[in-house]
Amino acid sequence: MSSESPASTTNGKSSNGSKTLETVESIVIRFCGDSGDGMQLAGTQFTNVSAIFGNDVSTLPDFPAEIRAPAGSLFGVSGFQVCFSSAEIFTPGDDVDTLVAMNPAALKTNLEDLKRGGTLIVNEDAFDKSNLKKAHYESNPLDDEGGQLAAYRIHKVPMTRLTRDAVAGLGLTVREADRCKNFFAMGLVYWLYDRDSTPTEDWVKEKFSKYPSIVEANLRALKAGYNFGFSTEQFTVHYEVPSAELEPGHYRKITGNEAVAMGLATAAKLAEKELFYGGYPITPASDILHELSKLKRFGVKTFQAEDEIAAITSIVGAAFGGALSVTASSGPGIALKSEGIGLGIITELPMVIVNVQRGGPSTGLPTKTEQSDLFMTYFGRNGDAPMPVIAARSPADCFNMAQEAVRIAVEYMTPVFLLTDGYIANGAEPWKIPDVSDLYKINVQYTTEPNGEGDEYLPYLRDDRLVRPWAIPGTPGLEHRLGGLEKWDGSGEVSYDPDNHEHMIRTRAQKVANIADSIPEQEVEGPESGDLLVVSWGGTYGAVKSACTESRRQGKSVAHCHLQYIHPFPKNLGQILKNYKKVLIPELNAGQMWMILRGVYLVDAVSFTKVKGKPFLIGELCAKIDEVLAS
Amino acid sequence: MSADTILPVLTQKDFASDQEIRWCPRCGDYSILAQMKKVLPTLGIPRENIVFVSGIGCSSRFPYYMATYGMHSIHGRAPAIATGLKVARPDLTVFVITGDGDALSIGGNHLLHALRRNVDLKIIMFNNQIYGLTKGQYSPTSPRGKKTKSSPFGSLDQPLNPLSVAIGAGATFVARSADVDVKHLTMVLERAANHKGSAFVEVYQDCNVFNSGAFEFATKKDQKHENCIYLENGKPLIYGNDRDKGIRLNGAGHPEVVSLSDVKDDDLLFHDESIDDPDHAFRLAQMRWPNSPEPMGIFRCVERPTYDGEVDRQFHDCIEQQGSGDLESLFHSGDTWEVKAK
Repeated sequence: MSSESPASTTNGKSSNGSKTLETVESIVIRFCGDSGDGMQLAGTQFTNVSAIFGNDVSTLPDFPAEIRAPAGSLFGVSGFQVCFSSAEIFTPGDDVDTLVAMNPAALKTNLEDLKRGGTLIVNEDAFDKSNLKKAHYESNPLDDEGGQLAAYRIHKVPMTRLTRDAVAGLGLTVREADRCKNFFAMGLVYWLYDRDSTPTEDWVKEKFSKYPSIVEANLRALKAGYNFGFSTEQFTVHYEVPSAELEPGHYRKITGNEAVAMGLATAAKLAEKELFYGGYPITPASDILHELSKLKRFGVKTFQAEDEIAAITSIVGAAFGGALSVTASSGPGIALKSEGIGLGIITELPMVIVNVQRGGPSTGLPTKTEQSDLFMTYFGRNGDAPMPVIAARSPADCFNMAQEAVRIAVEYMTPVFLLTDGYIANGAEPWKIPDVSDLYKINVQYTTEPNGEGDEYLPYLRDDRLVRPWAIPGTPGLEHRLGGLEKWDGSGEVSYDPDNHEHMIRTRAQKVANIADSIPEQEVEGPESGDLLVVSWGGTYGAVKSACTESRRQGKSVAHCHLQYIHPFPKNLGQILKNYKKVLIPELNAGQMWMILRGVYLVDAVSFTKVKGKPFLIGELCAKIDEVLAS
Repeated sequence: MSADTILPVLTQKDFASDQEIRWCPRCGDYSILAQMKKVLPTLGIPRENIVFVSGIGCSSRFPYYMATYGMHSIHGRAPAIATGLKVARPDLTVFVITGDGDALSIGGNHLLHALRRNVDLKIIMFNNQIYGLTKGQYSPTSPRGKKTKSSPFGSLDQPLNPLSVAIGAGATFVARSADVDVKHLTMVLERAANHKGSAFVEVYQDCNVFNSGAFEFATKKDQKHENCIYLENGKPLIYGNDRDKGIRLNGAGHPEVVSLSDVKDDDLLFHDESIDDPDHAFRLAQMRWPNSPEPMGIFRCVERPTYDGEVDRQFHDCIEQQGSGDLESLFHSGDTWEVKAK
């Protein structure tokens, strides 16, 4: 586990005469710098080479909402954290082992996360008067020996100068040369952790194939960084993290947004139906639109709508036409979609709404993660309008849950909410590539024959699960009208009848409740009964699982119940909650799941919340578990 | 459908649903419904391939009275719903039925974007210059000074000119007619239905309960030819009960009324609905009664690729060029690695 000290052994190997190679289990690195410094690229490339090498990886990109905030400013700092390990990991790590800070602002905003004794690599060229002032440093912290940096193994590297030297003669402007310094930093870290840089070199060659001088400059900077580590006396030790023992198979790295897009395309392709995606750009959901717009050959049509309302209503229209219909957004966009979702509920058309949660309320924290839209998805419509809600637990899990959302929508003729969040949407992990033949194929059936007396078609004649048929335009004899007004059950004609209205409200709710028949029973990791059950949902899975595992390792009676199905809940959840003396519900909001579980099951649970735009640390969860056990 | 299947000949009755019509007696909507039922059988389109999508308002009850597929949706969103439907199903013929509040106020954004994209939709906007279903508030087309329940001292809002908005948005078919002008309305609806692309039709519609007689200038037999110019493609703009007046552009390029006894036909403004440049149609749209005689008919009818057609073309081009998607290769795209069993 990255929060613990890496088990370090000197393996006696020596990569050159004077340098020692130590083996460690797990390392957390964070690259941070200006939002224009290419830190997301550096982190992504490091992740790729580590994944290809065979480590388990987990990432946490953290970037400002401003695209190019003023250079050197505190709020313009962009970071990318990656944990890579020879053991299975479920989070990007609590404490940072190695921090790469490209300027004073990055140092100031990230230093507190670096563990004491950790490695600090700074670009000392960036610590000039102007940058120090922008970072609100009164004096240069690098000059203050015995100051706040004394607790770390600090490496002051003149990266800007060395990068300029490395690319000299290529005819680059100073600005262009300086843009290569992230490659210098990568090269240095590649040496430090004994990484093979070939995948990054290949990427550079392909990405900049039209600009040979840029390719050459980046490769030179990468090599210069690597060689700097190799030859300078500053670094005496470097480390290797052996490959992890993952389940055999083919892997690739995947982010949650990529996995949602791929899961949706997969569902459509296997169902042999077209997927219609209506979306409006919004952080952090836009990547789903980007990914799907490339996948036309899989039967995907994407529509960039004029606004969020058009995005949701376009999919109502497409669903009426028989397409597998999907939209995705984040908090403010979901708020605008509310009325359209209500139309989907009363017309009982299948559609999927993906909510990539971010910090709220209002515009809130666009690039930060939160789980605070649970109430909005669970309740946020006018009238009694229940709809299924499911939540993905990790980047790779988004692939499965996207298909599951489509399945529930089609099998139960209802809009379905799929919750993800900024953390799993942008974070990446290795994904074991599934065998296509193992994937669930959704059976889409359109009604083609009248179902009433004579040649009559009754659009709301329900089956024993209370699901209505799906007849689509173009089908002769089944012409019918849907709409937002309450309708007579069976015929679908407009009805203001009081008893019918109550019947329809209860029928639609019961139909959603019936979905519990088609979902797996809730599983628990750890003892089947005992002192404490920790209930989590969504993107906090990795941290909560890790904390519970750690508590059990210490001999405590702690079980973990992670919810992927939120409405309806799995049928056995009520019983599970009764099997433990105490129930703890950690979540990244002010206590929303806590209130729902109390309301549904009358469980006297303890709420543990964090609303900082950041994921849980394993350490803080372990501490809370201990506190609850002791109380 | 196989080539030798004989299409049944449909009549007006085939398009009437079994629903009781709930508009107020003598509402202008009845006439528009009747003309629509007349036009549909002439299109040669099977009933099941026609969809009416509406928003909210009196006019938006329309789909319930048609025996086609239909959706009575939510306020202002019909163009967006219809866009999704038409992009997903380019084989369908899709009508949007809307009103002045639905299309131009709460749904103004969707209307603009449906028109600029040239989605192949027939948008029929019933303009009664009032909110009828909510019982009589001023609408975005009500004239300034209009006294209503929500404007007891007179409306302060400058009204929108629906046709100018449509032309400004790049609509490829723009027309106006009036509810009781039966023959003219039938002609306009038929032309709109046969247009490939977004068709925007404004229909003056009398709300005899909350805004009675708003369009008498364009519907009363003895007045309409004095107040309106019935556009004919390729012909000069001539009007009047005795067809004794015409429109000519003055030196500054503005339309002016002239007596036919003073000018030759060749000096008059000729109508050409097919001019790509929107200036001509826009100039006509700016001619509003009572400041000027008001044109009725088809202002603009030009060809441009439809959005849904282009989406479908790109979709099929991708499949043709890249082959039908293979999940195996999609999953394995990018950097992959293998973990071998130990």
